Amino acid sequence: MSTQGPIATNRSATGIPTGRLAVWWLLASEIFIFGGLIACYILYRLNNPWWSGEAVFTKVPAGAFNTFVLLTSSLFIVLAHDAAEKKDVNRAFKFIWYTIGGGLVFLLVKYYEYSSKLLTDDPELLKTPLTNTYWSFYYTATGMHALHVIGGMVIMALISFDLKKGHNFHRVELIGLYWHFVDIVWIFLFPLLYIAK
Amino acid sequence: MIEYFVPGASTYAGDIDFLFDMITVIVGFWFVMVLAVMTYFMVRFRRREGVRAAYISGDPHSQKKWTHYPHYSVIALDVVIIIFTVMVWVDVKQTLPQAEDKIRVVGQQWSWFFIHSGPDGKLDTEDDISTVNDLHVKKDTVYHFELESRDVLHNFSVPAFRLRQDTIPGRTITGWFEPNRTGIYDIQCAEICGYGHGIMGATIVVHKDQQAYDAAMESIRNRTYESDYQKRLQKMTVSTVSNRESFRDKLLSSF
Amino acid sequence: MGQTTVTHDSHAAHEHDHHEQSFIMKYFFSTDHKIIGLQYMFTGMFMAIVGGYFAYAFRMQLAFPGMEVPLYGNVGPGEYNMLITNHGSIMIFWVAMPVLIAAFGNILIPLMIGCDDMVFPRLNRLSYQIFLLSVVVLFMSFFVQGGGFGGAWTSYPPLSAVAEYNLTDWGASLWLIAVALEFVAFLIGGINFVTTAMNARAPGMRMTDIPMVVWMIVLASIMFMASVGPLIAGSIMLLMDQRIGTTFFVPSGGGDPILWQHLFWFFGHPEVYVVLLPALGIVAEIMTTFARKKLFGYKTILYTTFATGGLAFVVWAHHQFIAGIDPRMANIFLVTTLLISIPIAEILFSYIATLYGGSIEFRTPMLWALGFLITFLLGGVTGIYLGSSALDIYFHDSYFVIAHFHYTFFPIAIIGMFAAIYYWYPKMFGKMMDETLGKIHFWGTIIPFNGIFLPLFLVGMAGQHRRIYNFQHFPDLATADLQGIRVFATVSMVTMLLFQFVFAYNFFVSMFKGEKAPANPWKSNTLEWTVPSPPPHGNFVELPTVYRGPYEYSVPGNKEDYWPQNMPDRN
Repeated sequence: MSTQGPIATNRSATGIPTGRLAVWWLLASEIFIFGGLIACYILYRLNNPWWSGEAVFTKVPAGAFNTFVLLTSSLFIVLAHDAAEKKDVNRAFKFIWYTIGGGLVFLLVKYYEYSSKLLTDDPELLKTPLTNTYWSFYYTATGMHALHVIGGMVIMALISFDLKKGHNFHRVELIGLYWHFVDIVWIFLFPLLYIAK
Repeated sequence: MIEYFVPGASTYAGDIDFLFDMITVIVGFWFVMVLAVMTYFMVRFRRREGVRAAYISGDPHSQKKWTHYPHYSVIALDVVIIIFTVMVWVDVKQTLPQAEDKIRVVGQQWSWFFIHSGPDGKLDTEDDISTVNDLHVKKDTVYHFELESRDVLHNFSVPAFRLRQDTIPGRTITGWFEPNRTGIYDIQCAEICGYGHGIMGATIVVHKDQQAYDAAMESIRNRTYESDYQKRLQKMTVSTVSNRESFRDKLLSSF
Repeated sequence: MGQTTVTHDSHAAHEHDHHEQSFIMKYFFSTDHKIIGLQYMFTGMFMAIVGGYFAYAFRMQLAFPGMEVPLYGNVGPGEYNMLITNHGSIMIFWVAMPVLIAAFGNILIPLMIGCDDMVFPRLNRLSYQIFLLSVVVLFMSFFVQGGGFGGAWTSYPPLSAVAEYNLTDWGASLWLIAVALEFVAFLIGGINFVTTAMNARAPGMRMTDIPMVVWMIVLASIMFMASVGPLIAGSIMLLMDQRIGTTFFVPSGGGDPILWQHLFWFFGHPEVYVVLLPALGIVAEIMTTFARKKLFGYKTILYTTFATGGLAFVVWAHHQFIAGIDPRMANIFLVTTLLISIPIAEILFSYIATLYGGSIEFRTPMLWALGFLITFLLGGVTGIYLGSSALDIYFHDSYFVIAHFHYTFFPIAIIGMFAAIYYWYPKMFGKMMDETLGKIHFWGTIIPFNGIFLPLFLVGMAGQHRRIYNFQHFPDLATADLQGIRVFATVSMVTMLLFQFVFAYNFFVSMFKGEKAPANPWKSNTLEWTVPSPPPHGNFVELPTVYRGPYEYSVPGNKEDYWPQNMPDRN
């Protein structure tokens, strides 16, 4: 049962629940935002061959590990959704927090990566957003992505508390959709920023 | 029709003016037709006592055709416009005829710096002559220009040539023109570039032959040149207004 | 019927609102779509006054250069740039979009599709709050050191990216943040428009029974959403250039200023259709009601609008013909730009065909709707000149462009706004506006409007370039004839502004002294006219079922010449 609201919220002339329609809309707009950023990156990259020299400084193992972490956390949220469909509150709660845990691990690895570039004394290894345009893009893209990870984690936590109160089971699917999107953005960023040399 | 406002002073000015006239005939025809039909409908089908409107969906072909056929002819006319446009565009922006002389144009906040190639016809040599806000060219000579910017985007605009081209910092953009009419004309900056965008004008002098041009260049070299740009500005006391004049007086004096 | 509604639909409208709300809760934190819509409308109308005031100031400077502008002050070169930048930005982002999309979208959509509110009322409220914040941030930009941003609404770098160039350090960033917040507000608002129109329709309302204005707002929201994303990315990059010194768009650091142009115009061009579509929708509703005629070719109009929406995404670089892009690319955009005139022509022809065989009553809303068609037609055909790349070599950044886009934007934002207000005022406020004053306002607006902008085509032909605070610096432009045109345009503008007082008087006084409005004063078919004026919270006492399309006027065999969508039988 959803929280009190107008009749309109529960209608579905298309057959698709409104919450799902809304999240797809949100994801579509985010796809255009990240898509725009990534398209800019690709254009710049093609016009600036020296960027591959800078990309060498990214830590591929860390990036690869983070890819694995995000994919696994996506699996957890799917399991959470499955549990929510069956109204198994405890199981759903557990898997949501595993997903949040995955996000946390991702952010910790990010912290490790950023600090090795921003807090180093070695001038060769110091890479800030101002070092050159490659790094401007690197930090903007990964930074925006990390903000979306944090946002997703917060919303997931809120939804898990709602579940405990017996409300809004359908929202587990919705945050799952969002989390998959965050995952897919990373799947694009990783090869483009880290692997392409 | 543009010629009525600004004389054409380059070889492609006429082509651009022709495009304007051609498009005016085409869209003018359409505009007048549509307006006429609309006016007729508004008068003929105004509300009258006891007369009911018709029930027309516009779905069957017999009805739809009335909007379809006009719009096919719009397509045809668009194609005509495209063909003529491409011809002129390729000539002005895509091809570079053999250069007979070269100039470099550098825009900056907020003035124009011109480098003339000097007697050797080559830029970046000892005999180059530079000026600020005064560009000198010869009639019937094909010029290549190299546009640069020192800071932000500017736009090298010579209305008499029907020429406009943005300048981009960090790049050199090449183009061409061939003046075909003597005279002194405005140069403008046609891309907003900050506080001084509105004072970033310059002057181009099209000399009637090599002699007149050489004389001008000589006077610049031996520093007897009086800037044509400054001279033109000083002559204009006509419409500037002093702050003391009352608004009422100014309003009344402009009618 | 493909509906999955809650079974006790019709009673819920009662259950909803048996609690008394305090004034603050009822108005400042309202989640009612009608209140939110009015909030957007009043904010947009206020911003129109601000934008118009700026235009007054800069046109007075142009007509009487160097003179102190009455009720404003001196307009120097920097001030002039600030005025034109914010005039453009305000009119597009803070007038056209909020009034046409957010205000009328909010007010009309739930009513027209037969439900009690938007699908996500709290999200709706959030969108207005973010929008209001964007207004506040924009105003802040005027008061920081250096003053408001003066780099034009297009904000091209490197000018906009480097404070040393633009001399309005925080003004530039606050302007950018205000625009970004406005984008976010509309992205959130779009969620409601699209999901409500698609999902919350009354039983029986098929896709082709949806009133055209609802479709237009939905399509506009989709176009906005798809086009604004890359610009949001670009705005983050520009903000970083401004504030932390990255060089995304600054060549000296390896950046590319042209990239911004592409990102901006990839949004900027669809944006003009984003505002056009709702205006077209409004005009469709008015024309059908006052001609007592079915909309000609509903499906044709719908499909051509889809086509226009799609094509709108591949024309953007016609703004950059001479910007330094590869000249060969210009030919592609020449073709797509001229092609887009075709579906739009089809739509306009269909609208005009709607008049054929009609029974036309020239009430004020209809005057505005017809005025829209004629002025927009002129705007559209003058776009052909600019779409021709070779001719654009001469006209780029000239007054010809200004005249063209005012002949399109003014019908959209101002005429569209007035048309909608005059038409739905009885529904919104429960009173009728004065018809005579309405007609005076109409003629007093449309005639001077042409007096302002028709001459500007001529000065554009004379080579007069844009964004110049004083043409006395350009000998070829400082002639008495051209100055005479500038004065004429400015006098027309002041005249037009004065006539707006007639509207203000009519608008406010009618709210108190106007004749009480019945539910359906125009005898229109759509669902909003089946509820009281103004509608109660929850809109419908009993949620309607729909039996036919929205434009069944003058149906042969019917007694009345209109047939509301929710009426089961013939009348």
